[in-house]
Amino acid sequence: MTTFIEEFGAIWGGFLATLSLTALSGVLSLAIGTLLATMRVSPVGPLRTVGTAYVEIVRNTPLTLIFFGFVFVLPTLGIVPGLGFQTALLALTLYTSAFVCEALRSGVNSVGIGQAEAARSIGLTFGQTLSQVVLPQAWRTAIPPLISVLIALTKNTSVAAGFAYMELVAVQRTLMTKHPQDGLFIFFGIAVMYLAITIPLGILASRVEKKVAFAR
Amino acid sequence: MSASVLYDAPGPRAKRLDRTLNWVFSLALLAVAGYIAYAFAQRGVFDDRWKILTDPPKNQEAITVWRALGRGLGATLTAAAIAAPIAIAAGSAVAIVRRGVTSTLTRRAGTVLVEFSRGLPVLMLMFLAKLVFGWSPLWSVVFGLVVYNAAVVAEILRAGLAALPKGQREAGLSIGLSTMRTTLLIELPQAVRIMLPALISQMVVLLKDTALGYIVAYEELLRVIKLNRDYFGENGRYTIPLFVVGASIYILINLLVSRLATFIERRLREGGSRGKGIEPPEIGPTGPIPQSGVGGPAREEGAAAGDPVFAAGRRPESHPIPQRRPGDAEEERRRDALNSRAEIEANRGRRGGERW
Repeated sequence: MTTFIEEFGAIWGGFLATLSLTALSGVLSLAIGTLLATMRVSPVGPLRTVGTAYVEIVRNTPLTLIFFGFVFVLPTLGIVPGLGFQTALLALTLYTSAFVCEALRSGVNSVGIGQAEAARSIGLTFGQTLSQVVLPQAWRTAIPPLISVLIALTKNTSVAAGFAYMELVAVQRTLMTKHPQDGLFIFFGIAVMYLAITIPLGILASRVEKKVAFAR
Repeated sequence: MSASVLYDAPGPRAKRLDRTLNWVFSLALLAVAGYIAYAFAQRGVFDDRWKILTDPPKNQEAITVWRALGRGLGATLTAAAIAAPIAIAAGSAVAIVRRGVTSTLTRRAGTVLVEFSRGLPVLMLMFLAKLVFGWSPLWSVVFGLVVYNAAVVAEILRAGLAALPKGQREAGLSIGLSTMRTTLLIELPQAVRIMLPALISQMVVLLKDTALGYIVAYEELLRVIKLNRDYFGENGRYTIPLFVVGASIYILINLLVSRLATFIERRLREGGSRGKGIEPPEIGPTGPIPQSGVGGPAREEGAAAGDPVFAAGRRPESHPIPQRRPGDAEEERRRDALNSRAEIEANRGRRGGERW
């Protein structure tokens, strides 16, 4: 217990690192994921193909492999992303945006067909149908899955521990090596840190979910 | 062949526009791909470094490299093969306890356990096993995978159980089975059936997560690639061929298992509604993701939707044909309410089921 208090500075640093990485890559992957989702429902064939291929490949690739690619493969091509935060940010954004795309797309799918048909029958174009009728409704259903994507992202930032970024799990590793006898305390202490991010998000998700469910 | 209701079947003008757009974007993408290939070639990606796969340097034989990769793949699959059954067994046990035990305290304990283990990164659990329990890398990997995935499996099954019509449980209890027996004999088989796709996708997740073993120094595929890269040296010149092989293996295996999940899901959906005698008419949701609607996986019923002639026998997901039986009105209203809840539950299970 005392170890936990003594080392709280390091743990807090790790917490902030995890939090900033989560927040930044979350925002970026929301943007890219929306773009991908638009590509996947667009009338332009090549765009659909690219979007689908990207999502399928990334979803079936382990995140560790993507990190590995950024750390070891890109430098041999002469592209050297800064080790640590930058690499982690790139890899996580690349990975998470595929899941954001899928969450949004399932939101779009959950909008009744009648809505789009009604929109078309009063003469709206594709862009108008999507932006004025379908997307506003899709957002509502997509928010809970999007939140769970964010929860997963929070946990996924831990992979950066293996690639030279000092976030919570990396701090955990250092502390456990330093004070092996207090291992369990450190584990539960850091677990609380993670739960402090994920549980509020989870509660928010179920709140939104209930609201959406009653509105339908 | 419009795949979506978001846009109309194109007329002459729209067709022209479509063609133009198709060409423009195809060319743009080809240009980008060409530029990337050119840039790769400039940096010597296509030089003799690929020889590492056929005729490696340092007097090594190709077979040695491939055998090493095979060993890595074997280690990856071993970890998954050990972890998956344990995770499923443990997860089912927790789900059964949460449903079948009458003591509130035990049920609450189950909930807390599941929520706790689900909320932590797998890597953190692996480090716990490795540094605190002092387990070997293989068992650390297995520990992390089991704890996390068992919790997710428990959550998936809970969603499945919650999605069943209430009558199933009531029927079991009314013929005198205990709650535990009702859960085991009546509810669980149905829950497993409707959640099978989600369970299989979770196994894909488990397989993907074995790659975390790289970080806890378990010699799986990725670690073998790293070791080979370091061994052959020359500033990581051989990274790309090895990486391409490794990535292809991962993606191929995962795609295959994912396809299996989709295939089973479709079979369940089609076979389930066609009625095989004793099959109950409606058991909860047909799929974990709401299947109706816009821009989805190309609606096959497309133009025929709602058409009594061309769509005969096919049921557009968005307009389920109400199955009425005499004296059903009250029952029906309740089932509708239940189904919308079931869908939410199933979605939640699905979300729990994906790792991302």
